[in-house]
Amino acid sequence: MHLPISDKIELNILHQNSHQAEKNKVKFNNYNLLCLNIMSSPGAGKTRLLEITLEDLSKKFHSAVLEGDMTTNLDAARLEKLNIPVVPITTGRACHLDANMVSGGLKLLEKKINPDLLDILLVENVGNLVCPAEFEIGEHFKIALLSITEGEDKPLKYPIMFREADLILITKVDLLPHLNFDINELKSNIASTNPKADVIEISSITKSGFDLWQDWISKKILKFKNN
Amino acid sequence: MTKCLILSMEEWAEKKNKNKIVVEKINLKIGEFTCVEPISLINTFNAAVLGSWLDSSEITIETIPFEGKCSKCNRLYFPKKENGYKSPCCNFNLEEIISGRELKIASIDFKEK
Repeated sequence: MHLPISDKIELNILHQNSHQAEKNKVKFNNYNLLCLNIMSSPGAGKTRLLEITLEDLSKKFHSAVLEGDMTTNLDAARLEKLNIPVVPITTGRACHLDANMVSGGLKLLEKKINPDLLDILLVENVGNLVCPAEFEIGEHFKIALLSITEGEDKPLKYPIMFREADLILITKVDLLPHLNFDINELKSNIASTNPKADVIEISSITKSGFDLWQDWISKKILKFKNN
Repeated sequence: MTKCLILSMEEWAEKKNKNKIVVEKINLKIGEFTCVEPISLINTFNAAVLGSWLDSSEITIETIPFEGKCSKCNRLYFPKKENGYKSPCCNFNLEEIISGRELKIASIDFKEK
């Protein structure tokens, strides 16, 4: 046996995922397809948000969804009713989507539709406020949902998720009159963690805030297409 | 994360002759502002590599402090959750992160058989 050798590599543990995410992004760009990564804890309202959003969005833009779920295709089945291309990605024991899974999902999507015909790809990540924040998938923007029933402190408790997000949607705001919840404290905690994020309050029941959210998406698509 | 670490090690070993080396230590740098709990990473790694070519390897972790820079006065500070990550000098929101996001294999100590 020889003397020990120290190989100083300074290699990012996630570099393989980052490399695949870059490849995904190149593909999205070549298709002129804007990709949004939608993340939140379980039950914050991601799927319902997509159902309502796509009803309107599909009138203006050609949309598709990659639907991440640990064990079922229940969410994908809901979105398929909107007659848009939906590809379920069942992650099994993994608590997040990674770039390889999204690459596989994109290949399945390519069998359903020519992505050149699409404007936007919405990727619903697995419900989890921890791991999805660290794993790039090649998205252009990250959207984090936070429902008011989760508490004002979540941006401080799960700071990576809210730090990484480009837009934070505060969901279920129709419940505000029924809860002892301080939305200003939540906004202050969001600003502390990520002062640069856009923030929109939204309700899937009253549809309040959906005009702002739809406007945000539309502007991003148009800007992306014009670049 | 453990899977990513093992895949990175496999990739590194491909450039060596895997059968002719013994990895002794994998030295990691993990930032405090990441989703990784060091002890959990060590435990899951040890469980995952049982019986594999990495079975005898040990993980060491250097924790990199979470450090921010106050956008108002440019002072460096250690953001605290209890203070909403704000700068203690000017009570400014956390804008610039200087360190703490590292997820790195710094070096690998190995022997040739």
